[in-house]
Amino acid sequence: MKNYSGRSLKQFNMEKEHLKENYYVSGHTACAGCGQSMAVRIVMNTAGPNTIATNATGCLEVFSSKAPQSAFGVPWIHSLFENSAAIASGVEAALDQQGKKDKINVIAQAGDGGTADIGLQALSGMLERGHDVLFVCYDNEAYMNTGIQRSGLTPFSAHTTTSPSGKKSSGNPRPKKPVVEICAAHHIPYSATSSIANPKDIEIKVKKALQIKGPKYLQIHVPCPLGWRSESSLSIEIAKQAVNTGLYPIVEYEYGKLTKVRKIPSPKPVSEYLKLQGRFKHLLKNQEEIAAVQKVADKNIDYYGLK
Amino acid sequence: MRRFIEGSHAMAEATKLCRPEVIAAYPITPQTHIVEHLSQFIADGNLNAKSINVESEHSAASCVLGSQAAGSRSFTCTSSQGLILMSEVLFCIAGMRLPVMLICANRAVSAPINIWNDQQDSIAIRDAGLIQIYAENIQEAVDLIIAGHKIGENPKVMLPVMVCVDGFILTHGMEVVDIPSQDKVDNFLPPYNPPYKLDINNPMSFGLLGDPSVYTETRYAIQKTLEDVLQIIPKVGGEFNDIFGRSSVGLIEEYKTSDAETILVAMGSVCGTIKDIVDIQRNKGKKIGLLKIIAYRPFPQAEVKKALSQAKNVGIVDKNISLGSNGALYSEIKSILPEKIKVNGFVAGLGGRDIKPSTVEKIIESTEKEENPCKFVDLNEELLWKEFKTV
Ligand SMILES: Cc1ncc(C[n+]2csc(CCOP(=O)(O)OP(=O)(O)O)c2C)c(N)n1
Ligand SMILES: [Mg+2]
Repeated sequence: MKNYSGRSLKQFNMEKEHLKENYYVSGHTACAGCGQSMAVRIVMNTAGPNTIATNATGCLEVFSSKAPQSAFGVPWIHSLFENSAAIASGVEAALDQQGKKDKINVIAQAGDGGTADIGLQALSGMLERGHDVLFVCYDNEAYMNTGIQRSGLTPFSAHTTTSPSGKKSSGNPRPKKPVVEICAAHHIPYSATSSIANPKDIEIKVKKALQIKGPKYLQIHVPCPLGWRSESSLSIEIAKQAVNTGLYPIVEYEYGKLTKVRKIPSPKPVSEYLKLQGRFKHLLKNQEEIAAVQKVADKNIDYYGLK
Repeated sequence: MRRFIEGSHAMAEATKLCRPEVIAAYPITPQTHIVEHLSQFIADGNLNAKSINVESEHSAASCVLGSQAAGSRSFTCTSSQGLILMSEVLFCIAGMRLPVMLICANRAVSAPINIWNDQQDSIAIRDAGLIQIYAENIQEAVDLIIAGHKIGENPKVMLPVMVCVDGFILTHGMEVVDIPSQDKVDNFLPPYNPPYKLDINNPMSFGLLGDPSVYTETRYAIQKTLEDVLQIIPKVGGEFNDIFGRSSVGLIEEYKTSDAETILVAMGSVCGTIKDIVDIQRNKGKKIGLLKIIAYRPFPQAEVKKALSQAKNVGIVDKNISLGSNGALYSEIKSILPEKIKVNGFVAGLGGRDIKPSTVEKIIESTEKEENPCKFVDLNEELLWKEFKTV
């Protein structure tokens, strides 16, 4: 007997067994080395079966949920690009009204575009209203689903298809939008960054966040080999360098106050990070441009006290 | 209980009687009073529901999408710009087969900004897959809200329902209205018990990517369901009548059409004005009638065709205009009538301009004498661009 996807019933049952501990299963169509997909698995498996997840439009939704299949082992809902936080607000309100909220985690998911740009208003509304929801932003630093266009979380100098490098451009002219601070400024219980560089850190932060009642924000740095023009096998390594150079500060805010940072006593030069990625290739011949990126890292190190 | 009551208040009472569990709405004239009344019911402990003070209509619609998907009966209401801002989400609510209840307090759409009544807003989203039903008066609004839940939540339907009420005319007007008892409504409308929901004990994915191999069938399913809704509305209308003693819930209403040579067709509150003129002209011996459209989506083609089959002249009043084409009702009806019937389209009552008895008389006169697909009535010649002046 075969089910619609062509897998045998035995295989299907094995997968269902597998589902018992794995709430985001293989068989989806993410690229090799996709940081987002790795992060989702950690988030879902940490949250466990008593979870309802919402999803913005973007790579994750596309590669995980092509009808009639879904990689999600928990109830999951997607509708649009900008409304993951608002859908989660509605789900949470319904569960609360049904008296089930204390038993169920609600996790809203979005890419950096669905969070920092088109979804920022809905996110702010959800935080301000105090919904008991964990919002997770998978930050691959561009609109990857539509072909690597710049977002508010694209880093300074990165080449994207709408912030291309060229004779008169050295890529994205603006630094990353401080979304973790914007969320913290709502004085929510928890606003933090993490990185696929350290899976354990993601797990710890998801656990911590889910123990807190109220709105929580977690932004996870997730390399995208296709968009960053990098080797699939190097995704974790690249994510580590982002942290070690100070370009991706790992921080935690509680009730609006910075309470914890991941220290980098001897920061690596940013070139260690840039050289691994085609999106920064245009910078490498020019010391001045590298120095400009180094300034961003130095500013982070100083601002968050990373040393 | 019969009460002399403001329309918005009555619609809020009707909504409360349906026991919504989650409400999310955003202020916009002329809808605002409805959500204000509901908020007060909750504040006073008279309604056990969660109200979400959203930051936009986009989020209002998204919240009720989420809450309905989570298994709770959900309600929203809006007008004009709010409805247009919701439109992206409304297509999803229908596509995801969630029977959210929405009241649209009909209002003109910018620009120029105009807070007054016409029906451009709801007509602009007619293709979203929502059931659209139009009320003539406050009593009908109350009845359609209660019946609308039962229609949309039918497990064979599972589609959102939009009850359209003319802004100000019905939202701010006062009427003596029968607000049914809770017992009767509970008797008529069972608790929401969806065939699917977000449930940790039975995990399902909602809102998947539908590629070319499946997308068409999702549209086909909505289309076929809406065809079935043409049978379900009269059936629910019958059940409604049995319990509440009113035959207000249906697809169309025929007013003195059986022997009429000239029949006007309209939706919403203007039907009241037209009925008065029909009575006056009937007293003068004219064979005239009104066909009121209650269900605009799904559109009751067969019923409309039948109701107009004996007419010589048909005059269709549209409080909307598909710019570059004709009024929406005109296009809808013209396409199904035989050539031998003379069909006129009139655009009237835009942006709150009154449709007066004299306007209706002009429409009747023109319907009998001329044949125009899209005639604007009561234009102010003085305001027309020079090249568009007729005199
Ligand atoms: C209203 C709207 N505008 C634009 C799009 C097209 N669109 C879909 S996904 C996407 C980019 C997603 O980027 P991001 O949120 O960063 O997620 P990623 O794909 O990178 O994981 C865009 C622009 C859309 N679906 N809806
Ligand atoms: Mg992205």
